[in-house]
Amino acid sequence: MLANEPLDRVLIIDLTKRRATVEHRTDLFQAAIGGAGVATRLLQEECPDGADPLGPENPIIFAVGPLSGLFPMASKTVAMFKSPHTGNLGESHAGGRSAVAIRMAGYGAIVIRGASSSPVYLVIEGDKVHFRDARAMWGMHSAYATGSIIRDREAGAGMRTIMRIGPAGEKCVSYASVITETYRHFGRLGLGAVFGSKKVKGIVVSGVRSLPVSDPKLYRKTYDEIFKATTESALFKKYHELGTAVNVLPMDAMGALPTRNLQSGHFEGADCISGERLAEEYLGRRVACAHCPVACIHLAAVRFPYPDEPYFYKTNMIAYDHEPLFAVGSMLGGKDGSHDTREMFRLLDVSDALGLDVMSMGCSLSWATEALERGVISVRDTDGLNLTWGDYPTYVKAAERIVSQPNDFYAALARGSEYASKHYGGADYALAMGGNEMAGYHTGPACHVGYLAGARHSHLDNAGYALDQKGAKSGGLTPEKVGKELATEEGWRQVLNSLVICLFARNLYTADLTQRALAVSGCEMSADDLNRLGQETLRLKHEFKRRCGFDLEGVRIPRRILETPTPMGRLDERFIRQALQVYREAVLPEAIPA
Amino acid sequence: MRRKGVSVAKRLCILDADLCVGCQLCVFACARRPGTAGVAGTGIWVRSAGGIRKGFVVIACRACADPSCARVCPVDALEVKPGGGVRLHPELCIGCHNCVGACPFGAAIWDASREKPTICTGCGYCVDYCAYDVLKLKELPANQEEVVYVGQ
Ligand code: SF4
Ligand code: SF4
Repeated sequence: MLANEPLDRVLIIDLTKRRATVEHRTDLFQAAIGGAGVATRLLQEECPDGADPLGPENPIIFAVGPLSGLFPMASKTVAMFKSPHTGNLGESHAGGRSAVAIRMAGYGAIVIRGASSSPVYLVIEGDKVHFRDARAMWGMHSAYATGSIIRDREAGAGMRTIMRIGPAGEKCVSYASVITETYRHFGRLGLGAVFGSKKVKGIVVSGVRSLPVSDPKLYRKTYDEIFKATTESALFKKYHELGTAVNVLPMDAMGALPTRNLQSGHFEGADCISGERLAEEYLGRRVACAHCPVACIHLAAVRFPYPDEPYFYKTNMIAYDHEPLFAVGSMLGGKDGSHDTREMFRLLDVSDALGLDVMSMGCSLSWATEALERGVISVRDTDGLNLTWGDYPTYVKAAERIVSQPNDFYAALARGSEYASKHYGGADYALAMGGNEMAGYHTGPACHVGYLAGARHSHLDNAGYALDQKGAKSGGLTPEKVGKELATEEGWRQVLNSLVICLFARNLYTADLTQRALAVSGCEMSADDLNRLGQETLRLKHEFKRRCGFDLEGVRIPRRILETPTPMGRLDERFIRQALQVYREAVLPEAIPA
Repeated sequence: MRRKGVSVAKRLCILDADLCVGCQLCVFACARRPGTAGVAGTGIWVRSAGGIRKGFVVIACRACADPSCARVCPVDALEVKPGGGVRLHPELCIGCHNCVGACPFGAAIWDASREKPTICTGCGYCVDYCAYDVLKLKELPANQEEVVYVGQ
């Protein structure tokens, strides 16, 4: 590590004792780089076996990496915790200003222990940590408002992150999110509920400092190479122009866009939620995470009339991406193609104000809609709401009830579709994989094996959807190929997630560039070292999951994914099980009895 | 207040802050020029205009012909350049923060690591790192006042 490199400083905040200390963990950062590598090991140290995800014994860990604050697109922060949604590994990544702010505050990682006896928000200003009384802010109905209040009260504008929860987090909805910089999320696996259980309403981190590099000339040269690639290469053009919503139409054309609880792969209203159409009719502003020139964040300017007051409007800026558009667009959209995009945006807006993970919310509501259609649940369960495809005003009310939980049904729905279906039936079409609701791709076997097997049951773990599309072109996939390739990809992504770069830059940060960029930060690693570290990190994650009782062998495969054809045909359960077995042997060799 | 020097003044223009995506690459560029990473010592700053939904404010010295910052400097550490703008003489600066308070734009940016202000000198290094054409370097004719209304 270079002289004056602050990366090895781990800020430990004890909420119970209201104390903050700093530990130097050079060992950890030298061995595991940062980000996911370091957070996985800290989780192992901090989280006892049998920990209650909503108990004070569950830690919250944030980690950034050596490239944060040095190079473009090293813009993500890794959060780790035990997930209240799945009961095992909780891992979620977010950009915004979070990574740069934590690095500029002078830390490589932040560990939050214990629980506060009354609501607080934390302010980390470089070396200073304040516990601010948030009792008056507890129970506020919108995470947007919480953000503005903290923004006005605290210093550091420009180089700070403001993480906060909405009422969903306070109520410990198992898929509550943490929102940062209004439009970015630690969305998945319920970090918001862990904040809520600790009575942490928000965390502000800010700082200004310089970071050492091994060789200034080489630094500028490497920087320019990366900058040029991010701004000139076709690699980023699609995210740059239309954002990830550019994927909607191709997915639909392929028949891979999960629609109405995956009863189909085609959505009649796909055109209405396409990146092209939204850019034309709604795009109001594009913004970037700190230190990222791609600016993929697309904000729709949506004008809502007030129902009872003529000529009264409000215009909200609402972020959209492929995943939210699938989760509330195609998954909940109507059959007749007359998609009410404005009311769909209202649901997205409400989901963000409440602080829900929009993907789990959308898939839970799509499950409930189908269960209601099939008579598995009744309108008594739904508190009188007649959930119907395309009826967004009713979905808005249902989203609010997921948070207010007026009855047992909503309390169950607040724990996701897998949990609710266990109690009410309809598990065959509860689209949770390993407990976490699916993403917006039904491309073939690899995407589903990827969701089921991936350490955080996310499409970003191993990009099975990309493997499907490669396989479709090259004449098919075998279980061996799927299991092996997903394990290899997920292993390498542990390295990228340790730097921590945005995964949109994954094809730019090749092994060669990664090594050279790391060398500038004073971290010398061979390609072999990197690969080994990636595999080892992935193994540690799966060991953690196993200690929490998760077994890949017994993972539930929702029948629905086998019934609705993919672009590669109907999926075969045996194929998926075999691929899972191959993956398991690759990531956890010693767990398999000879 | 002293005025001297012969070089042509250059000014960093914020052409259209509404085009700014808030990537802060300009901020990192300014801080990187002397050869370190991070943002300490930057002379340009970008923050949200009251929440990201409202867009961004880009703050950099606009090279005033009659700079408020130099007027309030008690030790003449800010030398006024011909055409406008200032050059800091760090050896004279006593770290009083007067310039910070005097600049209406907040363009005298305090560098806590040196306990001195950083004020954009119009070198233009950041311009090449803005992919959104927000920034431009313009030459100012010596000793000629020019009023430009820009998105600052
Ligand atoms: S720092 Fe402010 S007052 Fe001084 S020359 Fe620049 S813009 Fe004008
Ligand atoms: S580089 Fe350009 S777009 Fe990025 S923050 Fe600076 S002025 Fe804004």
